[in-house]
Amino acid sequence: MKNFFRISFLIALFFGFQFNSNAAEKVEYLKTDWSFKGPFGKFDRAALQRGYQVYQEVCSSCHSMKYLSYRNLVEDGGPEFSVEQAKAIAASFEVKDGPNADGEMFMRPGRLSDKFVMPYENEKAAQAANGGAYPPDMTVLVKARGGGVDYIYSLLQGYEDPPAGVTLDDGVYYNKYMYGNKIKMSNQLSDGLVEYSDGTNASVEQMAKDVTTFLMWTAEPHLETRHKMGFKAIVYLIILTVLVYFSMKRIWSRIETKV
Amino acid sequence: MSEHEYTPKSKVGKWFNDRLPLLTLANHLTDYPTPKNLNYWWTFGGILTFCLITQIVTGLVLAMHYIAHADMAFQSVEHIMRDVNYGWLIRYIHANGASMFFLAVYIHIFRSLFYGSYKSPREVIWIIGIIIYLLMMAAAFLGYVLPWGQMSFWGATVITNLFSAIPLVGEGIVTWLWGGYSVDNPTLTRFFTLHYLIPFLILGLVVLHIWALHVPGNNNPIGIDIKKPSKDTVPFHPYIVIKDGFALLMFMIVFAFFVFYTPNILGHADNYIEANPLVTPAHIVPEWYLLPFYAILRSVPDKLLGVIAMLSAILILAALPWLDTSKIRSAVFRPLYKQFYWILVADVLILGYVGAMPAEGLYLLIARIATAYYFLHFLVVLPVLGFKERTTPVPLSITEPILGGSPNLATVKKKDSFKDQ
Amino acid sequence: MEKKTKRRDFLFTATYAVGAVGAGAVIWPMIDQMNPDASVKALASTEVDVSAVNPGKTITVLWRGKPVFIRRRTQEEIAEAKSVKLEDLKHPEKDEDRAKNPEWLVMLGVCTHLGCVPLDQKGDYNGWFCPCHGSHYDTSGRIRKGPAPTNMEIPEYKFVDANTIKIG
Repeated sequence: MKNFFRISFLIALFFGFQFNSNAAEKVEYLKTDWSFKGPFGKFDRAALQRGYQVYQEVCSSCHSMKYLSYRNLVEDGGPEFSVEQAKAIAASFEVKDGPNADGEMFMRPGRLSDKFVMPYENEKAAQAANGGAYPPDMTVLVKARGGGVDYIYSLLQGYEDPPAGVTLDDGVYYNKYMYGNKIKMSNQLSDGLVEYSDGTNASVEQMAKDVTTFLMWTAEPHLETRHKMGFKAIVYLIILTVLVYFSMKRIWSRIETKV
Repeated sequence: MSEHEYTPKSKVGKWFNDRLPLLTLANHLTDYPTPKNLNYWWTFGGILTFCLITQIVTGLVLAMHYIAHADMAFQSVEHIMRDVNYGWLIRYIHANGASMFFLAVYIHIFRSLFYGSYKSPREVIWIIGIIIYLLMMAAAFLGYVLPWGQMSFWGATVITNLFSAIPLVGEGIVTWLWGGYSVDNPTLTRFFTLHYLIPFLILGLVVLHIWALHVPGNNNPIGIDIKKPSKDTVPFHPYIVIKDGFALLMFMIVFAFFVFYTPNILGHADNYIEANPLVTPAHIVPEWYLLPFYAILRSVPDKLLGVIAMLSAILILAALPWLDTSKIRSAVFRPLYKQFYWILVADVLILGYVGAMPAEGLYLLIARIATAYYFLHFLVVLPVLGFKERTTPVPLSITEPILGGSPNLATVKKKDSFKDQ
Repeated sequence: MEKKTKRRDFLFTATYAVGAVGAGAVIWPMIDQMNPDASVKALASTEVDVSAVNPGKTITVLWRGKPVFIRRRTQEEIAEAKSVKLEDLKHPEKDEDRAKNPEWLVMLGVCTHLGCVPLDQKGDYNGWFCPCHGSHYDTSGRIRKGPAPTNMEIPEYKFVDANTIKIG
């Protein structure tokens, strides 16, 4: 037992270091309470719907969302738009389809089964339109950044004037949460930028939180299912472990040795 | 090992068993006499079998949906995560399963180091185990390349470039490995093929590992030879089965916690960025289980010597049965070895820690000291300890813990080491 | 063997039972993953423009990875299909039930025997003929001769407007 504790301690220490190391050069991110954190975490539907609106009106002109389909907007555990709403959203986009019988590509209104329409034809076009910087695809963005949701949330609010001595090239902005502090995306959010249909006040903080929540969902669309299933699985395992423990005690009691 | 002849009771069973003695094998496995004093550190063999099967089953399933093509691999992984029924669950089990596999194998290896399970007559079991461990590392590395994220791509680039350290033919070998002039689609498809193959090689070796184990039987916490079957042993089924099962369930709770609540914590965020041959991530780090060896690699300033040091760090383990000159197996009766054992554990953890840090300044210095100590432990400490250490008295049997003041039976047989006492 | 019933050990029974439930729960995802995934299910419908199809012509479109025959039948074909007596059919179905609008026959172009694609305007009944094992279908796509057990399947479809059919 003594060894057991010693080893557990060392392993814990090791993982502690690991997590620390990931956080090594991190600035303190802005904090907010995310409804999806923790073992029982769920998404806030209204926040997801507002977040979709922010993505659509603000981000989507540069950032693609290529692994998401319009049908996902209807699915359980997501923004849960009604089928009609989602169909209307899809139909508001022009999707390239074809070739038709004449061998030509044609445009048609989007359907639920379509993937989100990309703002640019390809990566090169995106770079050309954005001063050489490629606006990253947003589908799994929160999982692709060390700081996760806190980082994105902070970055959106992290624009400030560069400190004395820092010179910025054209098209480069100062952001205190960006790695190296220099970012090629200008400040996108300002109070009242979008008009929320549910009457929520569209402050910068509110929009940052909503759109980050939305991005968490696009990265982990099955998060709610995962949390629910995890709870069941672990409760089940604990019950079975207890049963097996007592079975083991009973079996080993046949010989006079302690397990 | 068959201490008693087994005859199936039913006629059909006997008919079949005479032609293919599967029932004899099953009987051998269930009745296999196991030391009754095995502690929970001995349950990791069963846990590792579980890990291997889990990885093979989930891996087969993932392979039904994964597309091994540079243009589609990343997308197909997202397809699995989003659209395939339970795809996210299966992928998270597979990805975290690799970490759990290594966690278990490290405990298994360090258990062996503590209780001297690698010593005569179990050298072959130990060496097969080292080969399995090497194959596990290969499988893990190849598997990590498949999602075709940034860490996949650059990890593949860095690791394959290790071969360029070989004089004269190195560059040629690297080009051959890649099937091109950089890591690209041909590399991905061959890595997928090999990633699929290796687990089955491991499975075969596991069979040999267990076969070799069943010849001398298990070592045990006091490290003495025991008579089988005797008062000191219990049949594998049900005693050990249920105990392994209990430990496995505890392990599965930890496993489930990772899969359901922190599925990405052991991975690296950069691997959710699709591979880009034009941009290298700021810090390239392997998965946690390879960090100690990565630290050894980086602590040597010369490219070729670094690769040699890293390989030696693993291969030196294969020579362990001969480097350790002590006739006493269990560290329980070796007060000095016990101290050095814990220093080695700490040393490896330190190596793992500095492996995750940038290779500069203090970290590099620590890495060098820890690397030096790692080799010192195996090449100097162990051989010398065997001659110099004053061991404590070893009991004669498990059931009758008489401190007879005599060494274990293995040494009695050789009648040459009473000088230790 | 003693006839005496053993006292059931509740603990062991419970352990086995709970363990079996868990094993079942683990196996299900491994089986279900092979069912059509969400992206496949989403592609359940397709719309076809039939304005260019003249009487006596068939177009073949892909729906759920299978061919769908859309045939604009001639008056003779319709008459032939309607004149068949139900008792002569291996799988009795009225032509009216198969083609709501008699001019248009929309059916899954898959032989009900073993899944080959029958040839248009072939066979003994002026309909379709499956070259794999010799099944003959009439102008309504009903099985008349050969090993196929049932008529070719009619998918769910509707006319969105005069020139557009939505399948699925």
